[in-house]
Amino acid sequence: MKAIAARRHHRHAPMVLLLLALLMTGGLYAAFAPSAVSAAAPSEDDIAAGRALFIANCATCHGPSAEGRDDVPSLIGVGAASVDFQVGTGRMPMQMDGPQAAAKPPQFDQEQINQLAAYVASLGPGPAVPSAQQVDPALGDAANGGALFRTNCAMCHGAIGAGGALTEGKWAPSLADSTPTQVYTAMVTGPQSMPVFNDANLTPDEKRDIIAFLEEQHRGSPGGITLGSLGPVGEGVWVWIVGMGLLIGASVWIGAKSS
Amino acid sequence: MSNNEKGTDLEPRSSGADVDQAGAAGPERFDNPGLPTHRDRATDRDPAAARRAERTVIVLFALSVLGTIGTVVAYIMVPTGESVENMRLSNLLLGLGLFLSMFGIGAAAVHWAKTLMSDHEQAEDRHPQRGDAETRQAAIAALGAGAEDSGIGRRGVLKGAVVSAVALAPLSVAVPLVGELGGDWNVSKFRHTLWERGRRLTRDPSGDPIRAADVTIGSVFHVIPEGLREGDHADHWIEEKAKAVVLMVRLDPADLTEAEDRRDWSYEGIVAYSKICTHVGCPVALYEQQTHHLLCPCHQSTFDISDGAKVVFGPAKRALPQLPITVDDEGYLVAQDDFNEPIGPSYWERLK
Repeated sequence: MKAIAARRHHRHAPMVLLLLALLMTGGLYAAFAPSAVSAAAPSEDDIAAGRALFIANCATCHGPSAEGRDDVPSLIGVGAASVDFQVGTGRMPMQMDGPQAAAKPPQFDQEQINQLAAYVASLGPGPAVPSAQQVDPALGDAANGGALFRTNCAMCHGAIGAGGALTEGKWAPSLADSTPTQVYTAMVTGPQSMPVFNDANLTPDEKRDIIAFLEEQHRGSPGGITLGSLGPVGEGVWVWIVGMGLLIGASVWIGAKSS
Repeated sequence: MSNNEKGTDLEPRSSGADVDQAGAAGPERFDNPGLPTHRDRATDRDPAAARRAERTVIVLFALSVLGTIGTVVAYIMVPTGESVENMRLSNLLLGLGLFLSMFGIGAAAVHWAKTLMSDHEQAEDRHPQRGDAETRQAAIAALGAGAEDSGIGRRGVLKGAVVSAVALAPLSVAVPLVGELGGDWNVSKFRHTLWERGRRLTRDPSGDPIRAADVTIGSVFHVIPEGLREGDHADHWIEEKAKAVVLMVRLDPADLTEAEDRRDWSYEGIVAYSKICTHVGCPVALYEQQTHHLLCPCHQSTFDISDGAKVVFGPAKRALPQLPITVDDEGYLVAQDDFNEPIGPSYWERLK
């Protein structure tokens, strides 16, 4: 220490201090800055394995280099998030042509999905799969998420995400079984009929608030039977058929003569 | 249910082909068929059945008592609390208890009346309503004496005073009631929204301004005017919001069909339309990014955003009004002007 103390007035001391400070700032930033890509960066092997999977399972429609063709979108630049959503929910590979690709049990395990995602991400820059922290509902503000959900999502997905009908056989799916990551990747990629909600429209924090709001809905309704949470139509049908039926039954019972 | 004995004379007339003939030669007046023959119930014939019915009634009343006790116990023991589970349990127990306590009494009373109380039909003839001549004479005399005593026939001014007072009194209620109807008849407000030249487009609900570069292809922004809650309209900002809400999307300019006179209303494929349906004013916001169709959830009116938001399906008959937009010096999206027509559904003064 004495040696350092003795040289603290050396003419190179400010320079050395500045370098040290810069190094420390850079090091700290590298250590703590939120990283856009998911935890483990994909290796060359992953990309190669993903390409093999792609050629075997996806290239029939999307083309051997994922360039797409008429009515089949190009996958260049859709990003890993899109693959994680479409393949992770079983929507791709698509089971059949129709108004909308339906969700089904995923055809690949998570490792294969990650490899496919790595390959598609390597084709062009696109949204990445969010980190666990970015989608942790415990870190979100459910009340703000509710306000955002009502403005941006509720018109299609319903007030609590129970889903709803669109035009010509298309529909907005229920979000009850969607994982936080799927909700996030759907927002950044805008699958099928859904518009894109990029980070300027809904910031990553706001996306997490929406995830927290949806997580709250899993605790159920304080009022008892939800009747599918479809709103006045479902509840009206219930009241008219079951409620009126019970009332008519009671009137008939009161009016009938005892045997 | 057999009332054949007494109804026999009706039978040929109501049956089949000779209805016309029977109708022509119908009797002056139908005979009173009388009551159907009384039929004893099981509880009238069998004392065991009566005891059973009595027990059922007692059980139903006891159920009601249990329900009442249950409601009180649930109210004390299961507070609504903070969590959803707690509220659900409390609601469920209170509802079940209330249902049992009310339904038990009702069902017991009905069952009691139907099975145990006498069910012999009884007829009571109506009394004649007209009083006899003597009573009527006396009543008229009493009324006349009262009128004479009040002097209403002689004192003309008094008569005028009482009639005016009674006739005018309802005005004290009617005038304020009618005066408060509507309150605001300034219909021209519907013609204008907060949008004006240079007002920035901001995100709903945060109010952050939007850069044109932030609106990527396929994204949809729900937009409110900047400064919605400030200024003269701060007290009724929610009405202003209801008129001014806008949905903004960016399309590939190649997909966009624009009318000649609206070519400069969009900005590099970004178009903004009023979110209020021209049918009956629901917020239209179900945007399908692949078809560029905008669907109204109320009556399924569908608008084509890529082609001037024209109606492609449903009961709406006018396209959604377009908000002309551009960018300011800092790159934020701003309105060029207000909508060029009243937003929302047709109304009488709109004349269109």
